[in-house]
Amino acid sequence: MSAPVLDPAPPAPAGTVRRSGAVVRVGPVSGLVRRRQLAVPLAAAAVLVLLSAISMGRGDFPISVPDVLRTLVGLGVGAQEFILFELRAPRVVVGALVGLALGVSGALFQTFARNPLASPDTLGITMGASVGAVGAIVLSSGGAFGGALAGIGIPLAALAGALVTGILLFLLTWRSGIDGYRLVLVGIAFWSMATALVDWLLTNAEIYDAASAYVWITGSLNARTWDHALPLAVALAVLVPLSLAASRVLAVLQVGDDTARGLGVRLPAAQAAVVLLAVACVAFAVSAAGPITFVALVVPQIAVRLAGGSRPPLLASGLLGAVLVVGADLVTRTALPEALPVGILTAVLGAPYLLWLLVRGRRQFT
Amino acid sequence: MTAALTRGSAAPPGRSRPGRSRRWIGLLVLVALTVAACAASIAVGTRSLGLGEVWRALLDSGLTTEEAVIVRQLRVPRTALGLLVGAALGVSGALMQGHTRNPLGDPGLLGVTAGASLAVVLAISLLGIAGPSGYVWFAFLGALGGTVLVYAIGSAGRGGATPVTLALAGAALSALLYGLVRTVLVSDQQTLDSFRFWVVGAVAGRGADIAWQVGPFIAVGMLLAAANAPALNLLGLGEDVARGLGQRIWLARAVGLAAITLLAGAATAACGPIAFVGLVVPHAVRAVTGPDHRWLVPCSALAGAVLLLTADVVGRVVVRPGELQVGIVLALIGAPFFIALVRRRKTAGL
Repeated sequence: MSAPVLDPAPPAPAGTVRRSGAVVRVGPVSGLVRRRQLAVPLAAAAVLVLLSAISMGRGDFPISVPDVLRTLVGLGVGAQEFILFELRAPRVVVGALVGLALGVSGALFQTFARNPLASPDTLGITMGASVGAVGAIVLSSGGAFGGALAGIGIPLAALAGALVTGILLFLLTWRSGIDGYRLVLVGIAFWSMATALVDWLLTNAEIYDAASAYVWITGSLNARTWDHALPLAVALAVLVPLSLAASRVLAVLQVGDDTARGLGVRLPAAQAAVVLLAVACVAFAVSAAGPITFVALVVPQIAVRLAGGSRPPLLASGLLGAVLVVGADLVTRTALPEALPVGILTAVLGAPYLLWLLVRGRRQFT
Repeated sequence: MTAALTRGSAAPPGRSRPGRSRRWIGLLVLVALTVAACAASIAVGTRSLGLGEVWRALLDSGLTTEEAVIVRQLRVPRTALGLLVGAALGVSGALMQGHTRNPLGDPGLLGVTAGASLAVVLAISLLGIAGPSGYVWFAFLGALGGTVLVYAIGSAGRGGATPVTLALAGAALSALLYGLVRTVLVSDQQTLDSFRFWVVGAVAGRGADIAWQVGPFIAVGMLLAAANAPALNLLGLGEDVARGLGQRIWLARAVGLAAITLLAGAATAACGPIAFVGLVVPHAVRAVTGPDHRWLVPCSALAGAVLLLTADVVGRVVVRPGELQVGIVLALIGAPFFIALVRRRKTAGL
């Protein structure tokens, strides 16, 4: 990590309050805190808690929202505790964590490449994960390579696929530093290759394997247990704080490489940190729930339109991603006749919202 | 947004003599490569033919040997289709990247691929349509519908259709349409079984009738693209500057998007989605021609055709006696070359 130029200013408003925000001064550090940039993450967190409670309450054995909350803070009764903690919580927790990771990763990529279309989806990283997972599903019956791939299991195969793709992307883009434009171009190539491999695997598979592989590609939260949630939680406990710390550097990178260097950012180290953090976030998320489409690409754009500012806010993107995934999962489980994979609903629910924001659009993020 | 890397060939058109001669050489090389690729595409296959046999079969339409029949009924239509589709995809990619000013801009971003996919899935699932020739019109209508929706939404916001709103509207609408596609596919195994072979993109198994069906649309699209190229150069200076220089912005956008829709829609209808050509060819070509669209557009057409035909020939050879679909070959063999190109020389910014 290179030295951040500014310490994160604590959110306590201690200056003159203006219409759009407050100036915060702590010792030698000062900055402008916009009200909406605080309000959006807080609101998103509140909605996330509410949606999670509703989601955990719904099922064959309904539990009311107050009961859910009471049980979660440790005041519940035996049967409800078992149902919540053993059966329903893992699914919701995986959903929230995956949404968080995808949102943060998308915001990192979009800010770094200065391109609203850059995301782990368009740069081929989630497709790389799909190559691993689909390979594990499709090739499990034949060949030494297929057997070995199937032996490590789908989540690990996906993790390996995403990490290998991400690290190759990083290495092939690296030329004494990473240029955002070059990252995007090399990413296109990776996306094409990975897509072609997945298509090829699908056309050569038995149709049953192809169908289950297709569900995985769409992204699903069915049958998720604490075994899926724990590795993801541990990884994110490290990655998300690091990403938030890196966001100050990102702000400086935003003004251009030369200026950033002039302001004392050690450029190659900062660039490497940002890209590798983004890759790691998405790799763990994809390994837990599949490449839930659309979240990483468009949630940061929704976040920047809600919170204001010149670039996607990291925390708000992550929290809104979590809201979207948990909300979409709630809809698939309760409102629809058959349980569709959550990856379908994230797009069908999230896309119209972004389109509406675009049509209404006052501000443009460029 | 377009962190442009400043470099020699990004200089304004016609300023330096070496730049101009390099473009002419590039153009000539591309023409030669196109001819060679056509010849290879007609000669190479499960049954390899000598160039002499090919020549005789082409000249003498009365010849009824087995070789002559193969050439006239299988190889020539396939080559013609590859030529048309490759050129169409290359040009539509160049226009798309110019209009969105985004290196990730491919025609699929305008809703072409997603719209076509949804139409094809519905045609298979609801109407029981089977086979590439049955999909053509559905795919084409779907592509048109997708583009119109994207353009309508992208230009509905205040300030009209800007590169950013267009790109984002396309991305969001594509996601929505793919969501619908997946809703069908996840629960309908039979449709998935047909769809998975359409979605890889192939020129095999398409008769001469498909080339005739999509040919007129591609021809009109090419004319519109040629008319649009100078306007794109002005738009590249920024909308305000372009307006100040007398460019009618909405007209340029409308002509460009119509061209993209016709070209990419027809190509997708004929062969299924082939993303790689539209994404990569303009970047590779820009490294030689620079950002001048009057050069970029025709060179992208030739390079797209060369790339598609070459990939098709390679696909026939690598897994004999079977074939690998052209979409897969393109990405697996083309992508490493593209990475090498990106790393070796600085690419010209948009």
